Amino acid sequence: MSNRRVKAVGYEDDYDEYEEEEEYEDGEDGRTANELSAEDQELMLLNTVKVKSLLGEDFIATDQEIQDALWHYFYDVEKSVTYLKNLKRPFTTPKKSKENPVSRFDQATHAAEANIKHTEGKSNTSTAKSKNGTVVNGVTKDVAGMSVKDSSTSKHKNLNVVEEFKKANMKAAASFVVVGHVDHGKSTLMGRLLYDLKVVDEASMERLRRESKKIGKSSFALAWVMDATTDERERGVTVDIATNHFETEKTRFTILDAPGHQDFIPNMIAGASQADFAVLVIDASTNSFESGLRGQTREHAMLVRSMGVQRLIVAVNKMDMCDWSHDRFTEIQQQMSRFLEIAGFASSSISFIPCAGLTGDNITKPVTDIQNAAWYTGPTLVSELDNAEPTKRALDKPLRMTISEVFRTSPNNPISVSGKLDAGSLQAGDTVTIMPSSERAIVKSLTADNYPADWAVAGQIAVLNLADIDPIHLKHGDIICHPSTAIKNIKSFTAKILAIDHVMPMFVEVHRGPLHVAGKISGLVATLDKASGNVVRKKPKVIQPGAVARVIVELEREMPLEAPSKVILRSEGRTVAAGLVEE
Amino acid sequence: MKATKVHIEKDGSGDVTLTLEEPEDMWHAYNLIRPNDIIRASAIRRVVTESVTGAATSKKIHTYLTIKVTTLDFDAAASQLHVSGRVSEENDFVRLGAHHTLDLELQRSFRLEKAEGWDSVGIEQLKDAVDTKSRAELWAVVMEEGLANICVITEYQTKLVQQVNQTMPKKRAIGDDHAKSLRKFYGILFETLSRQIDLNNTPIDQIKPILLASPGFAAQNFLNYIKTLQQTSNGKTLGALIAKITVTHSSSPNVSALAEVLKSPAVLSKLGDTKFARETKLIDSFYESIRKDDGKAWYGPNEVMVCVNKGAVGRGGGVLLISNSLFRSNDVDERKKWIALVDKVKLEEGGEVRVLSEAHESGKRLEALGGVAAMLTYPIFDLDEDDEGGDGDPAG
Repeated sequence: MSNRRVKAVGYEDDYDEYEEEEEYEDGEDGRTANELSAEDQELMLLNTVKVKSLLGEDFIATDQEIQDALWHYFYDVEKSVTYLKNLKRPFTTPKKSKENPVSRFDQATHAAEANIKHTEGKSNTSTAKSKNGTVVNGVTKDVAGMSVKDSSTSKHKNLNVVEEFKKANMKAAASFVVVGHVDHGKSTLMGRLLYDLKVVDEASMERLRRESKKIGKSSFALAWVMDATTDERERGVTVDIATNHFETEKTRFTILDAPGHQDFIPNMIAGASQADFAVLVIDASTNSFESGLRGQTREHAMLVRSMGVQRLIVAVNKMDMCDWSHDRFTEIQQQMSRFLEIAGFASSSISFIPCAGLTGDNITKPVTDIQNAAWYTGPTLVSELDNAEPTKRALDKPLRMTISEVFRTSPNNPISVSGKLDAGSLQAGDTVTIMPSSERAIVKSLTADNYPADWAVAGQIAVLNLADIDPIHLKHGDIICHPSTAIKNIKSFTAKILAIDHVMPMFVEVHRGPLHVAGKISGLVATLDKASGNVVRKKPKVIQPGAVARVIVELEREMPLEAPSKVILRSEGRTVAAGLVEE
Repeated sequence: MKATKVHIEKDGSGDVTLTLEEPEDMWHAYNLIRPNDIIRASAIRRVVTESVTGAATSKKIHTYLTIKVTTLDFDAAASQLHVSGRVSEENDFVRLGAHHTLDLELQRSFRLEKAEGWDSVGIEQLKDAVDTKSRAELWAVVMEEGLANICVITEYQTKLVQQVNQTMPKKRAIGDDHAKSLRKFYGILFETLSRQIDLNNTPIDQIKPILLASPGFAAQNFLNYIKTLQQTSNGKTLGALIAKITVTHSSSPNVSALAEVLKSPAVLSKLGDTKFARETKLIDSFYESIRKDDGKAWYGPNEVMVCVNKGAVGRGGGVLLISNSLFRSNDVDERKKWIALVDKVKLEEGGEVRVLSEAHESGKRLEALGGVAAMLTYPIFDLDEDDEGGDGDPAG
C-alpha cells in the first residue's frame, strides 16, 4: 500500500501524461479538499498552521502550496517545510543520471533525511537500465521507492548528549498520571483541562458534543477528548492509557490518563511507570468517595507509590455536586491524608485541590460559585501542577527506554515506538538493541516530549522512528538499550516485597511498566524487619499483608529485568505485592 | 479406557489388560505406569540379521514385547506416551535385556503388571481411568486485545493448544488503526480457533462448549465479531457455534486465569459439578484458610507429614490434597512414603484424600505449594518455626 502511494506521487509529479496515469487515478483517493475525510481536513488545517509558523512570516507560500506539500509528505510538517524552502530556491539539477529526473518532492525528502544508501540505489538503477523500454519507468520506481524505504539512516552526529542537554537549558518537562476509582471523572477532568487551555479547539469540542448527544451521553463529551476508541465511548469507560500534551508558561506537561476500572489495572501500571508524579482524582459526592476508598482509589494510590511516584496531587472532583461544602472537603482530606501516609507518601508532598471537571471550576480559573466556595483560597489545579519540581535524571546510566507503544506515524516512518527513557540518553543515528528479542535497529529520527529533536535524555518521553527492524520484534514493554550495555533477560529473580495481600507460593503476574509476564512465587526466603531490613523469620509459610519479605519469583518466559527495578505482583485480578528486584 | 481383563489378587499382585480409546487415556496410562512395572504391548522392532557370508540385512518386524519400564516420556500437547525399558521376556527377535521404547497407540491393548503390586492409589487411578461416563470437555479462550490463549480443558488436563499474539497499536485521536488491527486480530483468532476445534468437519451437534474469558470487553467483542460473521457466511454452523459459547470474566489473559474462570457461576451452571470445578473449589478453600491464619491449613511435605502424624487430618473435616506427580516419583521409597500417607489418612484417620491432577490449574497451584497440603480438624501453630531450626543449622 505505502509503496503504491508513493509510486503514484512520482508519476503525478513527473509523468503526468504517462500511460500509467490511469492507475494513479483509480488507485488513489482524489486530493481535492472536499474529498478529504473530516479527519484529514482537520489534520491538514492544523499542519498548515504549523508549517506557516515554521516557515516564518517573511516566507511567501500560498496555502495551496503548503497543503500540496503536506499531502505529499502525509502531513509530515518537517519535510513539507524543507520542500517549500527548496521550492523557492533556484531549481538544482538532480544528482542522479539525466534519464532519472527526481521530483522536487523526492529531493526534499533527500534533503530532509540526508545520507541515502547510494550503493543500493545505484545497483537498482543499473538493473533498470538493462531492461530496455522500461528504463524511465523502472528508474522512477526505484527512486520513488528509495525515497521511502532506503533514505533511512540519518547521519550520526556524534553529539555528547549530556553536554547538549546541559547547554540546551530546556523548559521544564513533566509527565503525570491521572489515577483514581472508575467513574470518578478522570477523563472528564483532563478533557476539561485541555479544552480550557485551548489544546482542544472549539470546533472539535463541538463535534464531540454533537456525537455524544447522539448516543444520549452528552455529559461524556469532555471525557471523549481522552477516550477515543468506540469501545470506550459506547461504554463510557476508559480502557487504555490516553496520552496528551499541554504547556504552561513554566512547564511542558504530558498527561497520561489511566483507566480506573479494576480490569484495566495493567494498563494503569503501564501509564504510571512513565509518570513523574500523579494526580489522584476523587469523587466528592456522597458514597462515591467511600466506595472508591474500598476500590481503586486505594489500590491506585498504593500502586503509584510502589512504582516510585513521590508527589501526589489529590483532585477532589465533582465539588459542584456537594455545593462546594467545606466540611466534605475537610472530611475527605483528613481520611485520605491518613491513608496516604500509611501508603508511604510524605505529608509534605501531598496536596489537595477541590475542583469540578464538568463545569471547569478551579481547574484553570477560580471557582465561579463564589458564595459557597469562599472558604477556598488555594491554587487552581493547573497552577498546582506547575509547582512540580523537576525530577532527577539518571543521565549517566546506560540507556533504558521502555516501549509503551508501537505504531506507524507515516509511510515514511513505518515503525515508530514511544516510551519513557528511564535512564541514559540516545541520539538520532544510534544503533539500539531491543530486548528481550536482542534485535537491532537504527534510530532514524526522534521526537522528545512531543517536539522533533536530535537527542533525548532520561526522564523524557520520546518517539523513535526506527529502521532496519521487523516490527514483529517490537512489543509493549520491550526495553531499548545500546548494544554494549544491553539489559539481560532473566527467568527468575529474588525480590524484596511489600505484601499487600497474603503472599505464599502462588501464581502471579509480574508487571514491570507495560510488560507483564506470568510466573510464580516459588519460595519465601524470609520475612524482614520493615525498618532495618534484618531477617525476622526464615522460610515463612505465609506473608501477612503489610509485611516486608524476600521471595524468589520464577517466570514462565524470559523477561528483561535488572536490579533495582520496581515490579508489581498481581494474582487473580488483585495486587498481591509490590517489590524491588534484588538480583 | 477399557479394561479388557482385570486380574488383581487381594495382596495386590496380578495384571490388567487395558485398551486406550481416546487421547485423554494417554494421560491416565502415564499416571498408571511407573518405573519397574512390567508392560507388554505391540511393538515395531528393526531386526538386523547377519547371514553366514557376513552380509547384514535389516527388516522391521511387528511383534509383542514385554519390557521392564525405566523411563516414561509423556508429550501432553500431542497426547503421546513413550515407554522405555529393557526387554524382560525373550522372543525370536529380541534378546533379554535389550533396550526398547514402546509407543503406546490408541485402540491397541497393553498388559500392565505392577512391580510392587497394586496399591490403593494405583487401584483408585485405574478406576478413574476406566470410568468413561463423566467426561467433560470444553474449549476455553482466555484473552485480551492482542493476546489470546486457546486451551482445551478435559477432566484431568488443561492444555494450552495455541497462543495468538499481535502487537496492537494504542488508541490515537486520529485514525482508526486500533479498530482496524482489532478486527484483524479477531479474524486471526477466529480462524485459529475454528481450525483447532475443526469447525468445518465437525457435525453441528458435536461441537464442544466454548468459554470466552477476558478482562474488560474483549471476550464479548470477540463474540460480537463472530456474530457479524454469521450474517455474512455459513450461518448454520456458526449459529450452532455461537449457541455453545459462554462469555465470562477473567482478571488476566494468562492460562493461570483459567482457575478463576472455571469457578465462575456462569461456567458452573453450564458444566455442572465436574472434577476440575471441585478441585478448584478445594484449593480456594485451602487458600482461604491460610489467609485466615487459623492454623488449620498447612502445606509442604514436612509440615503435612507432621500434621498427619499428630492425627489432625482425620474424621470430621480433615482433607489431604496431594498432587499425582508425587506418585510418579522415580524414587521408590519416596513413592511408597506418599502412598503410605494416603493410606494412613484414608484408612486409619478417616480423613478425605483428594488426588489433584497436576496437569490442571488447581493441581499446578498445589504443585507451587510443594505438591501436598492439608486442611486440619484442629489448629496446629508454629510448625514452621520447628522447621526453621532444622534448616537454619546447615546454613549457619
